Amino acid sequence: MTVVFFQLTLGLYFLGTVMFLVCLDRRSEVLSKIALGLAGLGFFTHTIALAFQLLSGDDLKWVTFHKAMSFFSWSLVLVFLVVAIRQHLYVLGSFILPLAFLSLVSTAILPTEAPVLHPMFQAVWVHVTLSMLGTVGFAVAFVAGLMYLMQERLLKSKQFNVLYFKLPPLDFLDKLNQRSILLGFPFLTLGILTGAISAQITLGAYLSWNPEQTWAVVTWVFYLFVLMGRVTVGWRAKKAAYLTIVGFAGVLLTFLGVILKSSGVSVS
Amino acid sequence: MHIITVGLSHKTAPVELRELLAVPDSRMGEALKRLMTYSGVKEGMLLQTCNRVEVYAVVDQVESGFSAVQEFLVNSHLSLSAEQLLPHLYWYSGDRTIAHLFRVTASLDSMVVGEPQILGQVKDAFRSALTHNTSGVILNKLVQKAISVAKRVRSETRIAENAVSVSYAAVELAKKVFGNLSARTVMLVGAGEMAKLAAKHLINHGVRQVLLTTRDPVRARTMADRFQGSPIPFEEFRSEMAKADIVICSTGASHYLISAEDVQRAVRERMNRPIFLIDVSVPRNIDPAVREVDNAFLFDIDDLEMHVEQNREERRAESVKAEAIAQEEVAVIQKWLQTLVATPTIVALRKRAEDIKQAELDKALGRLSTLSDQDRETIEGLASSIVNKLIHGSVVTLKSVAQSSNGAIYIDAARRFYDLDSGEEASEEDDQLSSSSVASETVKSASDQKNVQHVDKPKFSHEAKG
Repeated sequence: MTVVFFQLTLGLYFLGTVMFLVCLDRRSEVLSKIALGLAGLGFFTHTIALAFQLLSGDDLKWVTFHKAMSFFSWSLVLVFLVVAIRQHLYVLGSFILPLAFLSLVSTAILPTEAPVLHPMFQAVWVHVTLSMLGTVGFAVAFVAGLMYLMQERLLKSKQFNVLYFKLPPLDFLDKLNQRSILLGFPFLTLGILTGAISAQITLGAYLSWNPEQTWAVVTWVFYLFVLMGRVTVGWRAKKAAYLTIVGFAGVLLTFLGVILKSSGVSVS
Repeated sequence: MHIITVGLSHKTAPVELRELLAVPDSRMGEALKRLMTYSGVKEGMLLQTCNRVEVYAVVDQVESGFSAVQEFLVNSHLSLSAEQLLPHLYWYSGDRTIAHLFRVTASLDSMVVGEPQILGQVKDAFRSALTHNTSGVILNKLVQKAISVAKRVRSETRIAENAVSVSYAAVELAKKVFGNLSARTVMLVGAGEMAKLAAKHLINHGVRQVLLTTRDPVRARTMADRFQGSPIPFEEFRSEMAKADIVICSTGASHYLISAEDVQRAVRERMNRPIFLIDVSVPRNIDPAVREVDNAFLFDIDDLEMHVEQNREERRAESVKAEAIAQEEVAVIQKWLQTLVATPTIVALRKRAEDIKQAELDKALGRLSTLSDQDRETIEGLASSIVNKLIHGSVVTLKSVAQSSNGAIYIDAARRFYDLDSGEEASEEDDQLSSSSVASETVKSASDQKNVQHVDKPKFSHEAKG
């Protein structure tokens, strides 16, 4: 049952993504609304799939990479739907939904049903959930940064095309960027702390400097600097956009570390 | 009773002809009175802008009405002959008149579709007609509806959202950088006309603070008064630039006043907060090298033109939506017009009276259950005769005046006195229509502040009218 809903979700996200990408070049708002509808529908089936998974009595909950990514994708779409509908900002879908779709696809492609962390520590799902919520914040910041750079380029080169009209003001994107990081950061912090505790319990050390842990710490320090830099040395606007894009690359590397580890390349 | 329009516009007539027909404001009353002297003309309004001259009239017969208005137009200028004028005229009646008025007011028929001035001009025309008592029940309702349709089009489509003029394009661009302009500061360098217009638009969009500087300190002070801004000595404006989010430059200088280094410094002082610069001076006063500075956005007059051009296309797309709204509203007003014929009103009045009578009887008889059949009949008869006598006078009056020139007023009044339209129409329009003199006040208060400014300040006109 869960599998059927997951496949349905994948299909809907795919259609939504295609629609949203088509929308980038069209003035029509109808298309955007259809795309939004598809995303909404996908979110609905996704929720059902996750609920089934939870109720199926699977004790490990989010502990596999597969489930963590699915949860990440789900939260991302949730954030997108809330922001898009409240701010009347459908163009966000052209950037966020592809990301959500790809995350969900990665769960289908990668052979990672193996647990991320030793299941001995039952509360490990807390660590995974918190880290994923932090990641959602950084993903939104990444998208905001991307949109910022695009709009900035359009303004600078005086290309007043459809995309220019659709993209929100620079100031809005800069604020979205900052707020997403501000929201994501505490989650990541707690995620790392709970991760360290579970590592202590399962592996006997808070920090063993494996690729996953190393990148998590590097990412955390990086975002801390991004946040502080805005206030102290004016890392905002274009600079902040670049930094958050780089930061998100760090997050992806952390994920890579997790995959490597759980496929048995690294210590487990 | 028919509603017609005869007129010409930028689409059908050259400007030379439009000029001939234009009536100066001071002679508007005279012209309207002359219009009313033609037989069969019950109500009249003269709408004129630099792009159109149109007569809206309520007449007895469509054909004779057309020729009356046509004659009125031909006679409005001595040197004008019918042969000269006729090929340029258009004639509409009934629905098409209503649709035309709605389209015109909503700026769908304008040279620059979506330009905001036409609404003010329609209001002016309506005010004149009210002042000179040439507008009656039908035109009042129609024009007020047209004004509300225009507002609906504005709020539900993005037709008016986009720049109509170069100076307004500056506002659009500023919004793309800053979003909300309400906490922003604008700096005016120089006192060029276009810069002042742009500043005015920015202030209308909520810019909080205005800094200004010119070489001539006296002029700086008068400008400061006009924009409620603070003057800055010309020698110091570069160092003050970091305070400004938006810089508008328009001086007569023949060299660059602002260099890339100046802007670079300002951006650094602003901790990388973006700065938006507009250079409307020719020759340019801001070094084009500023474009290379990060977080600085420089636009010159050509860039603004280009933005306007893009918006024209956007507006064309939005106008489809607007047309649909106008059509929808035509159906609404048509329904109202139909009620102005006497028969349905009399029928409705009788039904209303009957309903009230029946309801009251049911209530009373329900309580008096012990009555004999004869008593019941007496009571029913009493109720019927009171009701019938009460409405008899109204029915007779309606029948007799229906075809007279004031018929519509009586019918409308009857519908209100007896509350025959309850629940059908929004009450806001009813409120506006209470009497001519009140209606004139309503128009004034209903128009939002910005429109009034557009109307009052002829300075805006040259751009939007083109």
